[in-house]
Amino acid sequence: MKSGMLRRAIIVSLNRIYQMQIDYWILGFSAVTVAVTIWMGFRSAKTSKSASDFFVAGRSVSVGWNASAISGEYLSAASFMGIAGMVMLSGYDALWYPVCYACGYLFLLLFIAGPLRRFGAYTIPDFAEGRYDSPVFRKIAVCFVLFIGFFYTMPQMKGAGTTLAYIFKGVDFRGTMFQFLAPLDDLGRMTPGIPYWFGVAIVGLVITLNVALGGMKGITLVQAVQYWIKMFAISVPIFVLLAVYGGYGKNLALNKSAMDTPPAVVQTVEPLKAERLALPDKAPKDEAWIAPFGPLTSKAAKAAGLSAEEAKPYSLLYTFSLIVALVCGTAGLPHILVRFYTNPDGVAAKKTTMWVMILIGVFYVFPPIFGVLGRNFLPELYAASGSKGPDKVVLELPVLIREKYGILGSILSGITCAGAFAAFMSTFSGLLVSMTSALAHDVYGRMLRPGSSAGERMRMFKWCAIGVGGISVLLGSVVEPLEINFMVGQAFAIAAASYFPLLFMSVWWRGMTMKGAATGMLTGGLCALFSATVVNASTLALDKGAMGRLFSPFAGINDFWKAHPLLRILAEQPAIWSVPLAIGLMIIVSKMTRRTVPADIRMKMLVLHAPEALGLKQEYIQEHQGPAH
Amino acid sequence: MGAGFLSLSQKLKNPTMSQPPPDQSDFIHSEKFLQELMKRQLKLSISCATAFAVLLFGLPLMNYLLPGLMAQRVGGFTLSWLILGVLFFPYVWIIARVFITRSMALEVDEVRHAAEGNHRQS
Repeated sequence: MKSGMLRRAIIVSLNRIYQMQIDYWILGFSAVTVAVTIWMGFRSAKTSKSASDFFVAGRSVSVGWNASAISGEYLSAASFMGIAGMVMLSGYDALWYPVCYACGYLFLLLFIAGPLRRFGAYTIPDFAEGRYDSPVFRKIAVCFVLFIGFFYTMPQMKGAGTTLAYIFKGVDFRGTMFQFLAPLDDLGRMTPGIPYWFGVAIVGLVITLNVALGGMKGITLVQAVQYWIKMFAISVPIFVLLAVYGGYGKNLALNKSAMDTPPAVVQTVEPLKAERLALPDKAPKDEAWIAPFGPLTSKAAKAAGLSAEEAKPYSLLYTFSLIVALVCGTAGLPHILVRFYTNPDGVAAKKTTMWVMILIGVFYVFPPIFGVLGRNFLPELYAASGSKGPDKVVLELPVLIREKYGILGSILSGITCAGAFAAFMSTFSGLLVSMTSALAHDVYGRMLRPGSSAGERMRMFKWCAIGVGGISVLLGSVVEPLEINFMVGQAFAIAAASYFPLLFMSVWWRGMTMKGAATGMLTGGLCALFSATVVNASTLALDKGAMGRLFSPFAGINDFWKAHPLLRILAEQPAIWSVPLAIGLMIIVSKMTRRTVPADIRMKMLVLHAPEALGLKQEYIQEHQGPAH
Repeated sequence: MGAGFLSLSQKLKNPTMSQPPPDQSDFIHSEKFLQELMKRQLKLSISCATAFAVLLFGLPLMNYLLPGLMAQRVGGFTLSWLILGVLFFPYVWIIARVFITRSMALEVDEVRHAAEGNHRQS
């Protein structure tokens, strides 16, 4: 009897949920993206059999595919959703993010990509070990793959939670037997929609399984296709929206800056096609939004009660530190560097980098346009927070034209949802592969069980993928109140203070010793990690919902920030002091331990710098694997 | 990930692929060659990086020192927004293009230089 009642309760509940309003165009586009990703993963799982297939995709990928794949992996939820949200929220200052994401690649190309490729180490830990002949250093270097990786997965997970919450906002669990799933508002009342963590868990599960079964060979193909999905999904809706609402410049002109004299603007600007909507109180004012040194960079100084003029030097410092973090951080991202080795030779690697810069540069012109249009036509997002705030402007904006053009609005919103899926899925799977390889290969294969067979390692890879995926979902569930783009910036800052100094100094200075490199990398990286964590904890403590209660012990830090705005800026953007700190320590400690410079340093430097045509690498490997083995 | 590294070295240890023992006293292995090589590469990289850094760090400074100029409207954009949101990208592509062309030419030149040096020494 009991089971019969239960079954009826389930059927009634499902029936109610089924009758809710869901836009099936949006759901359909998203479902197709997910299905294609999974199908490609499984299909390539059949063809990738050997261990090296699994890890570096067999080293034979053409320039076009590889450039698309690198770009696909690089354009994360931060690029697709976060930048638009941040431009909408903070205005001009947020533009530094897309610019530095794209241009950081140049720095990588100029100083690091070529030498690292010639050296022939697959990953940063590989390089660390080979450059200093030190397995111990490898173990230290591996830690940061995980630190940076987890920091980078949190915003991807927020992207996932936000997108699913948007797609299923019409679902209503209230009054059904699933009402424990109904999300709570700030006052603890149940609301329609699905909970944020539910989306995080679903996406985490799907990708984890995909990576555990497919490995990286599948990922190369999937990443390349996903770049083009993302490019299509960000550009097509923008062209339509600009056609409806007027051009990029015209929409920017709606925001008056303090420098604009009103009569002059009226004369120069043509009659507008659409009037903007009124901004709520929570939104920043026009003149602060469109001008440099606005709400993003002056937040700490404003909280301390400084005037706009007094706050300006602080904002300049914030901007410089942000630039250093993003540009140097790009050069130290573990999951990006590994793809340089999938090029057949150095010339192909350089061509690939050029194409990557073009592909991602073109992409990054579009997200800020969403932010500008969102400010003018979706101002109600300013009033909401978490997964319902400006971070979803990319998804929500195309729906606006539904009133005029009917179904086209739904289709365009479906396309941007598909792009968002492609964004967080591709970056998350790339990170998962990096972190899982670090665990399966380095921690298990080298430290715990050096004698394990290839089959055992493959099995371990799968288990590690599941473990890392699980932790990512847990972390992702916590960070709903934080901005996607801000969190990615923190991952970059940690990379900038740890891997970037290691790579840069090891490639260009022969006097580096293992002890110097390790001291600098650990101190710089851990300092940046610590400051980022403290800032996040204090921000989460301000949240009005469940996370605010969870992190309430850290609320006191905010009083400290108010009294010390400079320290707040240096903690929020640590790169400006942590990168020089790491490099300085590297130099000092290396000088102190001068005697431990590797004996064959000249040969190592030759391998790093001499043209590949001279064949020095083969000679070097021969020496290293000489009679002793 | 040492698997690939090892398999490559195993291939090299294979007798069919082994080469005569390298002569370590030739020009390629000399201190002089390495120093010249690194100096030329670093010079190229630093000059490209300088061109990049001028705009990267110059733009915030311009915003700070000349706010009036940077707030001028150009087709609806403020000048500062136009540079950062649109023009920055092509500027960086040009630097990348120049660097890639020159560094490939540099490599060709270094190979020739190394061969000449070896020839002169023997």
